[in-house]
Amino acid sequence: MEPDGVALAEMATGWRGAYVHVPFCARVCPYCDFNVIAGRDDLQARYLTAVLSEIEREPEWSSLDSVAIGGGTPTRLPAGSLATLVEGLRARFGLTEAAEVSLEANPEDWSDEMAAALVAGGFNRVSFGAQSFDPAVLDGLGRLHRPEDIEAGLQSARRSGFGSISLDLIFGTPGESVRSWTESVRRAIALDPDHLSVYALTVERGTALSRAINAGAPAPDEDDQADKYEIARDLLTAAGYVRYEVSNYARPGHACRYNLLTWARGEYLAFGPGAHGHRSGVRYRNIHRIDAYLEAVESGRRPEQGRDELDPWAREQERLMLGLRRTAGVEIGCAGGELENSEWGKRLFAADVLRRVGDRIVVHRPLLGDEAARAVLALAPVDC
Amino acid sequence: MIPLASIRNFSIIAHIDHGKSTLADRMLERTGAMAERDMRAQVLDTMDIERERGITIKAQAVRLEYQGPDGQPMVLNLIDTPGHVDFSYEVSRSLAACEGAVLLVDAAQGVEAQTLANAYLAIEAGLEIIPVINKIDLPAADPDKVAEELASVLGIDPDGMIRVSAKTGDGIDELLDRIVRDVPPPQGDASELRALVFDSYYDSYRGVVCYVRVVDGSLAAGDSLLFSATAERHTAAEVGVLTPVAVPVPRLGPGEVGYLITGVKEIDRIRVGDTISHPQSTNTKPLPGYSEPKPMVFSGMFPSDGEDFERLREALDKLRLNDASLVFEPETSKALGFGFRCGFLGLLHMEIVRERLEREYNLDLVATAPSVAYHVTTTDGTSFEIRSPQDLPDRGRIALLQEPYVRAMIIAPSEYTGTIMELVQARRGSMDHMQYLSPERVELTYNLPLAEVVFDFFDQLKSRTRGYASLDYEPGDYRASDLVKVDVLLNGQPVDAFSAITHQDKAYQYGKQMTERLRRLIPRQLFDVPIQAAIGSRVIARETVKARRKDVIAKCYGGDVSRKRKLLERQKEGKRRMKMVGSVEVPQEAFISALRVDDEQ
Repeated sequence: MEPDGVALAEMATGWRGAYVHVPFCARVCPYCDFNVIAGRDDLQARYLTAVLSEIEREPEWSSLDSVAIGGGTPTRLPAGSLATLVEGLRARFGLTEAAEVSLEANPEDWSDEMAAALVAGGFNRVSFGAQSFDPAVLDGLGRLHRPEDIEAGLQSARRSGFGSISLDLIFGTPGESVRSWTESVRRAIALDPDHLSVYALTVERGTALSRAINAGAPAPDEDDQADKYEIARDLLTAAGYVRYEVSNYARPGHACRYNLLTWARGEYLAFGPGAHGHRSGVRYRNIHRIDAYLEAVESGRRPEQGRDELDPWAREQERLMLGLRRTAGVEIGCAGGELENSEWGKRLFAADVLRRVGDRIVVHRPLLGDEAARAVLALAPVDC
Repeated sequence: MIPLASIRNFSIIAHIDHGKSTLADRMLERTGAMAERDMRAQVLDTMDIERERGITIKAQAVRLEYQGPDGQPMVLNLIDTPGHVDFSYEVSRSLAACEGAVLLVDAAQGVEAQTLANAYLAIEAGLEIIPVINKIDLPAADPDKVAEELASVLGIDPDGMIRVSAKTGDGIDELLDRIVRDVPPPQGDASELRALVFDSYYDSYRGVVCYVRVVDGSLAAGDSLLFSATAERHTAAEVGVLTPVAVPVPRLGPGEVGYLITGVKEIDRIRVGDTISHPQSTNTKPLPGYSEPKPMVFSGMFPSDGEDFERLREALDKLRLNDASLVFEPETSKALGFGFRCGFLGLLHMEIVRERLEREYNLDLVATAPSVAYHVTTTDGTSFEIRSPQDLPDRGRIALLQEPYVRAMIIAPSEYTGTIMELVQARRGSMDHMQYLSPERVELTYNLPLAEVVFDFFDQLKSRTRGYASLDYEPGDYRASDLVKVDVLLNGQPVDAFSAITHQDKAYQYGKQMTERLRRLIPRQLFDVPIQAAIGSRVIARETVKARRKDVIAKCYGGDVSRKRKLLERQKEGKRRMKMVGSVEVPQEAFISALRVDDEQ
């Protein structure tokens, strides 16, 4: 199926997923504000036990179409532990025949042995945190791998039988030239991955990067990032990749299920500290701190930190807000009609940020997509 | 009743910082009006802002008891005057209550613009001038040179000038003796009451307190009084003198100066310059010189936070209790919200009001660039005054547009003559005359549009003369000029707060400056936003705010939809607080910053 097709986008609505968060990292990257911890690998054994018991205690559900293990750095765990997690999920919920079982990997952790063990353990997709092929940019991002590690990792994964291989790239790091970025995209294409996620460097509050910028270091530039976004889009499109979301590109048949599920408001279970889930219309999140998380699970409690029960209108807003990230857009529905008639929405249509295509709304200028999301959130609630 | 021959009524007139208040303190001390230990430095300046700026806003009158040179008991009434030309009407009323004026000049600074402006007012009022050179104790003092300057501009014999140090007290006795000897005693008769209100202020306990000079007859507590300008009748609840503390007296006789309390609470029911008489009197001919205060400079004042509008109104109401010359009316601006268009006597008055609003009432204000009142005659022959660029009719309907001119007096070291001439010419001024006070110092008199003076003229003058030039001005006539209204348009929509009336030759400069400034301050939108300056439909300057190119966060935080949603909700709220000008979203701060840049220049 085409990665950006309506059929695939709509199909994902009914998928079920599971997300496992692995917080361990060798060190914390300066731009990262995910739930991560460095220097506590001694907690890995307790962590694994806790996640497995969390899985066992989760009420029954249907088989999973997607398993995603993210982080942090999942590859800080031994391949065997990662395989145990997949086995735990399979035993508790079952996996559908076409299930995508994916993990994020840091190139410097990768080895042929690890690859073989992961495939044997049921993984069929890997996403490498490549970020850039320029050593200076990698240093700026605080990454520990070298460009050669990416190439080696990808080839190893290919040889080992991963069915789908993805690269993550980050553009717009201060100091990165247009030439450096263009070269990174070219080298990524030359490796022929099945999928690419191409993200602009975002300055998150509370990160080392944000503190440095507040102290006077150069910040990412909007126009520079827009230029680089377009460079990547043009090169990737020319190489046969299909942009199916703001920042995601795939060859036919390789769109990421976990991504599609998220944007279709599909449901997924959450395991591990700080993981986020969506089940039975409720969005919930686990305890963030690993020590508190472990304590909760070990004392037999559900490690939930908070939950948002969504009313029908909030769900409708989410459907639009998330669905508009996709190239396929979103069925107009109730909130879409309200958006079309709102002042803010009209301005977005007038500025060609949004377009009406048949019974769907699509984002025509994806780089301005957050403005559309704000406009959706600003709508007055109606009974749908 | 004090015999007329024993009374002397006098003022001290001086340029800012030439030591007027210190001299007054010294006189009070010397005459025993206050014990040294009770003295707060500069008693006559009661408001904090006056103290800090070294100026005196409201006149006060203090009664000094002094043994004259021949041992005779004398009553000297020291009537304080505001030092600045903005308050020239108030100065003139104070001077009308006197027979003499001490003209005080700093021995190091020499004659300055305000010295002369006030001296001319005193001479016009027929006062006996006693020239005094102050600060002779300063190392930089050059009293001989200053005496020559004074002699050359006022035609006074330099030998008769008294040299004092208000700081050390040197020469104070001689000065007091000279006041007794040279200032004529007041004239008047004891028949029917006529008294001049030369100042007033609002006291929250007593209501309006008037300062009065009795010209004829006497004013007693309990009298029924007729105020001629308002035709209102009030009863004298209390009369008294200031020593400097208020001491009630049964009556004030001819030539005497004191205060009057009637119980009236509204300051504008008592007019400075008004004449008081007894209702049954036949001698009700008003004393000369009363006029309504006339605002010269106008500015829109808006609270930075729209919620503060009511507080601003209350604060202005309160300030007006004490300042009848402050006028204001509500004004609505598309860019700045609700505020007031305020009229002031001059730039200093405007600054003082603004500072008091901010300091005493804790308001954060945005003020539009100061403007003046224009006279418009339309093609159908109607004439009227406009105080805001918004009120200017379409160009096609204007037959004649006139602007106020002032007569500006500048005194500076003569080496700066060239640079001052350049500045004044750039400001459309023309020279009236030029006079050397001494070989090193020159007095230049110009006619120039008030609108040019209110727009940072004084700052420019100061910076181009390294602070040595002094400036004073008095209102002149209205003259026809090639004036145009420049509008600033955002995506085709005019933004009222930035409209200005300027001279044809300056329209481009103004338009360019404003469009550039706004381009830097207005955030990028979903589309290109043109910012134009236009005269009518003719665009004279244009800038573009380029469209936003990227406004999207890449990640969805590993499925953390709630967090993304919360972030966007916050941003959405920020957007809601923006003002819409047509389809352009502008944060209020952008407009405020654009107007405030003036302050920094």
